Amino acid sequence: MISSTLSIHAWFKRKQKEKETPYVRERLDIPGNLWVKCYKCGQAIFNKELEDNLKVCPKCGYHFKLSANERIKQLTDNGSFKEIDPNIQSKDFLNFTDSKPYGKRIIETVAKSLLKDAIVCGTAKIGGQGAALGIMDFSFMGGSMGSVVGEKIARLIELAIEKKLPVIIFAASGGARMQEGIMSLMQMAKTSAALGRLRENGLPYIAICTDPTTGGTSASFAMLGDINLAEPGALICFAGPRVIEQTIRQKLPPGFQRSEYLLQHGMLDIVCERKQLKETLTKILGWFNEK
Amino acid sequence: MKNKESSDFNNLTPLQIVQIARQIQRPTTLDYINCIFTDFVELHGDRNFGDDPALVAGLAKLDGCSVAVMGHQKGKSTKENLARNFGMANPEGYRKALRIMRIAERNHKPIISLIDTPGAYCGIGAEERGQAEAIAKNLREMTELTIPFVTVITGEGGSGGALGIGMGNRVLMLEYSIYSVISPEGCASILFRDAKRANDAALAMKITAPDLLKLGVIDEIIKEPPGGAHNDVQQSASNIKSAIIKHLGPLLSLSQRELIADRYNKFRKMGFFSE
Repeated sequence: MISSTLSIHAWFKRKQKEKETPYVRERLDIPGNLWVKCYKCGQAIFNKELEDNLKVCPKCGYHFKLSANERIKQLTDNGSFKEIDPNIQSKDFLNFTDSKPYGKRIIETVAKSLLKDAIVCGTAKIGGQGAALGIMDFSFMGGSMGSVVGEKIARLIELAIEKKLPVIIFAASGGARMQEGIMSLMQMAKTSAALGRLRENGLPYIAICTDPTTGGTSASFAMLGDINLAEPGALICFAGPRVIEQTIRQKLPPGFQRSEYLLQHGMLDIVCERKQLKETLTKILGWFNEK
Repeated sequence: MKNKESSDFNNLTPLQIVQIARQIQRPTTLDYINCIFTDFVELHGDRNFGDDPALVAGLAKLDGCSVAVMGHQKGKSTKENLARNFGMANPEGYRKALRIMRIAERNHKPIISLIDTPGAYCGIGAEERGQAEAIAKNLREMTELTIPFVTVITGEGGSGGALGIGMGNRVLMLEYSIYSVISPEGCASILFRDAKRANDAALAMKITAPDLLKLGVIDEIIKEPPGGAHNDVQQSASNIKSAIIKHLGPLLSLSQRELIADRYNKFRKMGFFSE
């Protein structure tokens, strides 16, 4: 399912390998040990080997989640990334408390993740070509979109208009940040409005869905690319599989809402393996940049 | 008795307001269209896949002036609700709405949208046909409309399903309606891991009209008749009508460019953060 070229042996083994791991069991925090167990095929992988392979399982091709910084390192030309708006931070304006107060949750997450919120934005060069780049990080509160993510994306797009740059955004998000209530919904409007303006200015936007891209993110900027890309096997949906199962009380078909399924249904242009991503983006940017 | 009733109504909890907003007797979009507009011609279909009975749209006259009107349609009985999918639109509903918005725009007519939905439909077909893309596209295209656009939340403003036709230059809200990123039950089951704590979730999320006015998400609260909109549909419709006309007036004098800028700035400034 992941790799298009399967050997005969792999084909026979496929059945047991392809058992889908439920989405909930996936975690970004890979233990800092020598060995890592692949979430999909369950095989032990030497950590160094996994890093060298861009965090894609060398055995089954499963794409591990990347942090924003790992993504920047893998994708952008050496030292070309210049971050913008690094200091915008979330605020608990509703006095929202679930299992702990939102304000406390922000402080703890910032300390743990060394990120200020769930997206890192900046300008960079990819294959020698300039772009405005936004990269979401799932490890920060499930990549949820609140005021900060919305604001940073809007500013990124406005900067791109000013500097006449194409925009590339990597989505990795569980959806809206419920702790910000209605304001998280309004970020969908804000980011989509900014993309409308980008389009009026004749600048391209490339959206890249990574695992997972759901809810408020998919129903706004993540699905609005002139070109929509996705990494293999990513969960991309409006409503999550559990919500749908509870609504319709049926088992969902295998592969439902994964990248390959969306490609089949016309929602994506390309499902692109991580090792080909830089080259593909370089080609696409090159096409747009020709004067 | 009447006094007691009205004082009870002044002290409703957010969850009680949710219950009023969801009441099956609450006037639906078509009830309001019949009372507020004349010469309504309903239009059907998205020209791609089908027609969505959960979202109605068409041409109408408001005080003698041509407008486009659209809104989510719930049923008044279980049978009708099944036919209307409880007001939960599929992608073709959002695409139909956009098609009709574009007709209005090409002919320089204002748009009125009425919001009353638990949310966009969550089903296999909806996902296959691109629910996320349909809503996302509407959000982007609504910001580019060159005509005046007023949104009224009349019942449940359920998340992306509501916002999908809800990016007016002005957003108004009936007194006992709600607007939220997720249902209180959904929020409770995710964040509190207990759907029974919907009351806490409703309180925490700030989903009632006065709270949303304070947050700057809506522009005006429209009064409802004593006991709620269903007690006097005519009165409630007439309140909505005057509010729409009041807010449409100033918008009519704006240029196309100003209308786009007005809508962009409205949503651009939403959000709270520190820097």
